[in-house]
Parts: sequence; structure tokens; C-alpha cells
Amino acid sequence: MTNLTVNGTVRAVDVDPDTPLLWVIREQLGLTGTKYGCGIAQCGACTVHVDGAAVRSCSMPVSAFTEDQKIVTIEGLSPDGSHPVQKAWLDLDVPQCGFCQPGMIMASAALLTQKPNPNDDDINSEITNICRCGTYNRVRAAIKFAAQGGQVRRG
Amino acid sequence: MTTALAVSRRKFLAGSAAAVGGFSFGFHVPFGGEASAAAGTTPEINAWVMIKPDDTVVIRVARVEMGQGSLTGLAQLVAEELDCDWSKVTTEYPTPGQNVARSRVWGDFQTAGSRAIRGSHDYVRKGGAAARQMLIQAAANEWKVPVAECAAANGVITHKGSGRTTTYGKVAEAASKLDPPKDVQLKDPKDWKIAGKPVKRLDTADKLTGKQVYAIDVKLPGMLNAAIKDCPVFGGKIKSVEATQVRAMPGVKEVVQVGDTGVAVVADTWWRAKTALDALPIVWDEGPNADLSSGSIAEMLKAGLDSDQGVFVGSQSGDVKAALAGAAKRVEAVYAYPYQHHVTMEPMNATALWTNDRCEVWTATQNGEAALAAAASAADLPVAKCEVYRLHLGGGFGRRSTSHDFVRQAVLIAKQIPGTPIKLIWSREEDMLHGWYHPITQCRLTGALDQDGNLTGLRMRISGQSILSTVNPQGLQNGRDPVTFQGLNPSGTEGVLGYTIPNLLIDHAMRNPPIPPGFWRGVNNNQNAIYLECFMDELAHAAGQDPLAFRRKLLVNHPKHLAVLNAVAEKAGWGAPAPQGVYRGLAQHMGYGSYVAACAEVSVGDDGKLKIHRIVAATDCGYAVNPQQIAAQVEGSFVDGLTALLYGEITLKDGKVEQENFDTYEMMRINEMPQVESIIMPSGGFWGGVGEPTIFVAAPAVLNAIFAATGKRIRTLPLKNHDLRKA
Repeated sequence: MTNLTVNGTVRAVDVDPDTPLLWVIREQLGLTGTKYGCGIAQCGACTVHVDGAAVRSCSMPVSAFTEDQKIVTIEGLSPDGSHPVQKAWLDLDVPQCGFCQPGMIMASAALLTQKPNPNDDDINSEITNICRCGTYNRVRAAIKFAAQGGQVRRG
Repeated sequence: MTTALAVSRRKFLAGSAAAVGGFSFGFHVPFGGEASAAAGTTPEINAWVMIKPDDTVVIRVARVEMGQGSLTGLAQLVAEELDCDWSKVTTEYPTPGQNVARSRVWGDFQTAGSRAIRGSHDYVRKGGAAARQMLIQAAANEWKVPVAECAAANGVITHKGSGRTTTYGKVAEAASKLDPPKDVQLKDPKDWKIAGKPVKRLDTADKLTGKQVYAIDVKLPGMLNAAIKDCPVFGGKIKSVEATQVRAMPGVKEVVQVGDTGVAVVADTWWRAKTALDALPIVWDEGPNADLSSGSIAEMLKAGLDSDQGVFVGSQSGDVKAALAGAAKRVEAVYAYPYQHHVTMEPMNATALWTNDRCEVWTATQNGEAALAAAASAADLPVAKCEVYRLHLGGGFGRRSTSHDFVRQAVLIAKQIPGTPIKLIWSREEDMLHGWYHPITQCRLTGALDQDGNLTGLRMRISGQSILSTVNPQGLQNGRDPVTFQGLNPSGTEGVLGYTIPNLLIDHAMRNPPIPPGFWRGVNNNQNAIYLECFMDELAHAAGQDPLAFRRKLLVNHPKHLAVLNAVAEKAGWGAPAPQGVYRGLAQHMGYGSYVAACAEVSVGDDGKLKIHRIVAATDCGYAVNPQQIAAQVEGSFVDGLTALLYGEITLKDGKVEQENFDTYEMMRINEMPQVESIIMPSGGFWGGVGEPTIFVAAPAVLNAIFAATGKRIRTLPLKNHDLRKA
């Protein structure tokens, strides 16, 4: 039995210790907003926060985590979709199919915590998630929009 | 049995909805017998429109949403004619089973070929207009006034004489009992208030919070999970499986064979199923293709460039042989396009529940009716005893219309465990190894220039794979695959060659390697546009002419092709100096009924490093139902098209695909994404597609710009295989 602190709640999970965190989140905890895309930390669809940092949960065994680490999934980023990144995403109509977007949003939120005003180079180096629909330009615009408090119009 | 299950599913749904805050916005997720949750309590005005007493409008959408925005666009078209309050619009997918049961009242469910809107705009608008008339009639009946004295706007009906008003919600019940009108008048698009406007997508909010349920997220009570391996060599099958070795592993419930070619492990969780599957000793009979390689396929296609066997003509005029013989200058080049994978972000998956008399499937499909047929066939049950529930797709790009192999497999597994829902998820590796790949072709082009540099003849020989031969042989025309000639057709409304060339021969030596081909966003337009537009650039340079001026002369008879080309040239500043070190390239093409062009700006460093700075792209799709979503599709299609150009190549060794995940099958990421400026220039009078067309011009525009920058003609994809340092 492992204790995990997910979205502010301590959850006890009975799981093989080498199970990736992603599958514990999806299958044991039932939080399916975090997506499986590759299983080898390439695409970032599985991105969650661990103590505020973006982590690709598909490639980290659950045994690597302790109860005092705060894990946050897309469901816990805000109670009602009101995180500045989520609001910027809504304002700029960023998602297309949306499958990569939880990971994109989590990576972007972590970037903004780390660098409240990221420049293009920061975005290029930190946002390495794959989006097959091609939302990259809107992701970039929305990160900047969120950084500026949602005040600057796109264009 | 079935009833009990339906009840338990409903209970479950209520529980899960509460847990995630309810499906309050966006899409109803159909579970079990509740496919039309609103039906029964909500008056159905007609197949397209239901209106609740609180004025909520539920618009039924037959085509699926996979990111392309047609869910919103189709709802806009219905809402426009309905004259309802857009802020009260929600949407719902009817099921394929309901479509069968109601004599296909919703028409085609297929979401492919950029046809969602252009293929159904007429009847969905009529659905909205008919519902509007019935609602007004119901109000007039209630007020006992002539219907001509009543009008509707924004979901409110007004009697002109008395000023009395009511709402759609109040008269919906009465309207649902009226006979539909025999004929309806559609609005002139210039009068549109909801359609044609850049309204926000209807499906965004749930995609930001994790609430959006994709097929891979489906949960059913008692559900088990399956991981599968199908023979990695095309045409191979299972020789033996040592199931006893994994049956005792944690969580494992069953090890089952899936047809002759696959084996699946069923466990309590997918991770445990996959772990056991990876430990399962499987011996394959690799079959007749065990020696197949990319090299042997390339040889097969190369032979087709010179062959007169198995050749089909696409377009022919004049006497190209004589033109080439009499040319002042002949230009010749051979191009090639590789296999590529769709790589949807959501891997293939389906959940199936089979009992003796019923089979239900939850999945992401671009063709619900084909999914239903696949389910019924695998279930060995009549279609009427099967149902498919559609969920939003985590990407489609043609993969989920080409084949429903994943549905078949899920049902074949579920059939071996009756009464238990089985969710089958393909690992990314399984997905990469079992694609329906962008077909492979080569092309030799020979052009004749006269002494004034006019193009007097063009010979274009395509050699390679036909999609229809494998996927839909009934679509062949006396053996000829018409889809091969996309964008090269002499006439028609789908994809016409814009250049007028007096002596022309385009033909196809059909060569079909035993690799499953599929419809891949843009399909054969992708390579045809590269072949033609890069060769046009070669011809222009051979003629000593500006590539824009050279094309303009040849496009005189096709003003729409010319207009998009002119638009990008003007906006990009063609003819004016580009920034230092930056070079431009052009391309134009017509496909899926739309006209597109692009101008790319690139630089190539001394180290050969390519940077794509800017793309200007123009689209004339006739009518623009949502300009904002069209812009998103244009941006997205450049990501897809440029990824294909930069990295896209599936290779084969020993009959097996060599690329199994994103580490060996790279994707363009945000750092490589150019600025994209889209020009949406709907000229009216026709309905063209949007989801695919601009992808055609992505690669050729960049390739032509690379030539301008380096003097190098790159004639094979992907660019990762090439050294771009100046010669």
C-alpha cells in the first residue's frame, strides 16, 4: 500500500511498485484527464505537477513518490477551470482535438510558476509537448496572454 | 440481462458525473441505453433539433469532432436557420444504430475527406429551417393567428400584430407534433448572423479541465482491460503462445487469441495487461513478407516508372511525346514520397460488451456506420443487435476512417468473455506497427519548354500504391484508382489541375506493396502537390523565369487557383526583398473543393540548419462557416504538413515497421513552428473543404524556398535525411 497526495487529498493505493504514476492516476484513482500518449516521456500528454514542477508521469514508477510530495493533475489545477492558463486557453480557443491539452496546460502552468514572464526561448525550451493537431502558435500566444494577466489581445 | 446492465450503467453514470462535476457543458457522453439522453423528456422537433422547456437547443451532429471544429460549424449552420439563441446551443451525437433504425435520417456519418460541412450543409440547414417553421406554426396555432403574422428571432417568436411573444422552449412540445413543412427556403449566406462568424468552439471548456471523456477514458462497471499484440510482420500470424507463463501474474484474467494474427492479455488494469503481454512468449509465423524491406519496395516502384504494365491514365491532352521530342529544352526529375504514420495522440482503442444477443462498442471513429458494421461482423450478430457509441476523437487524420481493426479486435476479445465490458487500448508501439500508412509513390516528371520558355508539354508518371485497391476495391474504376490523381484532374469540382498545358499525360503505374495504405490527412494531394509544384519551380528556373510569373501564365484559365496564389504573393511581399538571409518559395493546389496557396520564408544556416520563419497561406473554400476555426485548421495543417516534410518516414525491415514510438518517429514541436498568416478568402458559390486543403502546399512551398536559399533540389522526404548545406 502506497500513500500519494493527489490534488490535496491523501490517497492509499494498492499497486505494484513499478507501475508508472500515470497508470495509477488513471486506473487506481480514476482521474482520466491525464493522458497516455507514448509511455516513454516523449509526448508530454501525461504531464502532472509534483511539488509544482512538470513531470511526465508515464515514466516515473509510483514507488518514486512519497506522501509528502504534492501531486497535482489537470483535475486539480483549479477547482473550476479558473487557473490563468485555463482562462487564457478558453479566451484564445486553443484546443483542437484536445487530447494533448491537459499535458500542455500543466507544462505551461509550471513554466509560468517558474518564469512568470517567459520569452519565446523559454517557451521553446520548456514546452516540448507534442500536439498533432497543431495548436503550437495558439499555445505560445496563450502562455503570453496568461503571463500578462489575460490583458493583451492576441494579434 | 441487457436491461440490468443498462440500469447499472445509468447508476454508474450518475455517480461518475457527480464526481467530475457533471456533464454540464458541451457534449453528452452516451452510455448504454441512454444514447439519446434528452429524448423522451425533450421534444424532438426533427432529427436535427430538440428543444428543452428551458429553451436549451440540442443540435444533433452526425459527423464527429476530432479537433477540426466541424461540431461547432455544423451547429452554427443549424442554429442560423433555426434562428435560435446561440448561447443556449448544445450538441449531441446520434448513434449509428439509431441512424440505421431511422432509415439513415442523419445521412452520412463519415467524417473524412474534409466533407463534414461541405457534404451536409444543405440538409442540416434545411433541418434548422424546417424546425423554425414548425416552432412558428405551433405559436401561431396557439394564438390562433395566421402564421404569416409571426416571426422568430433569437429563439423568441413574436406576433407582429399584437406584440405577443413566446419562446421556442414553450412551444417545442406542440411543434414536435406537427407535420414537417414540404419545402423550406434557406437564407442567403450574406444574411448570416451565426454562421460565417468567428464564434468560439462549443467543445473547449471540458478540454481544459480533464472532464472531456475520450474513448480511452471510458469506464464501465465490471470492466476489464486488454492489451494486444498483432503479428508485427504484415501478413504473418501466430504460431504459438505460452499463456501459462503469464496467467498467474498480478491482475491477469485471461489470455486470448484474436483471430489468427493477434493475442491479447485481459487484466484488471491496462498496465497489468500490458506488463503480462510484454512477458508473454509469442512465436510468430512471419508469413510471405518476412523479407520485405524499404529497399525492395523502392525497387518495385522504380521499375514502375518505366513500365507499361498496370498503368492507368489520369489526364491526357494533345501529344506529349511530340512536344517532348520537339522541345527547345527538356527538364526531367524523379521525386519520391515515403510511407508515413497518422500518429493520432490518442492511440487506437475500443471498449466492447458482448452478450449472446447484443454487442455494444464505445469508440473513437471517423465512420460510425463502418464501426457498427465491423462490430456486427466480429460479434456475429445482426446490425440491429449492435450499437456503437461515439466519443470525441483524440485525433483522426484518416486513421479512424480507414480501418476499424481496433473495433474488430475489441469485439473478438469481448466475445470470449461474455457480459464483461473489455477496454482494448493499443500501446503506442502497437499503434505504430499497425498503421494504415500514407501510401508510398515515386514520380518522374518530364517537361518541354519552347524557345521562349513556355511550357508546351508535361509528362508525369506516378508509380506506387493505390489506397482504394486495399481499402475499398469497389471504388476502383476498371482497375484505375481515381484517388491517385487528386489535384491533377482535368475537370470536376474536387481537385482540378490549374495549369493549362497543351500536351499533357499523367498516368499511374499501380504498384501495391503488401503494406496497408490509408487515407492520411490530405491523402494523395500531399505528394501530388510536391511533385507538381516543385517541378513547376524547376521548370521556371530552367526557363529563366520568376516562379510566380511562370505559374501565372499557366493559370490564366483557372482564376480561383490564380487568386489564392496572387494573394499569398502579395501578402508575403513576393518580388520585394526578403529579410537578410531569408528566401521564399511558392506553391498552389486545389483539393477537396478548395483552392489553396502558400508562400514560405526560410533560411538555411552554414551548418545546414533550416529555419522556417513564416508561412503565408490562402484558402478559398467558397463559404467560410467559421473563419476563426478555418484559421486554426490552416495553422494545424502546417504542423502536420511540415512534420511530414521534416521527419515523416516509416521504413520497413524484415517485413516490419522500424519506427515504434516518438523517439524514432519524430514530431515537429513548438520550437520549430513558424509564424502562420492565413488569408481566408471565400469567393462564394461553392462549398469547399477546410480540414485538409492547406496541408498540400506546406511541403512544396518550403522545398521551393530551400532551393532559393541553397540551390539544392530536395526530391525525397523527409528533410532529416538530407544535408542542406550549400552545394
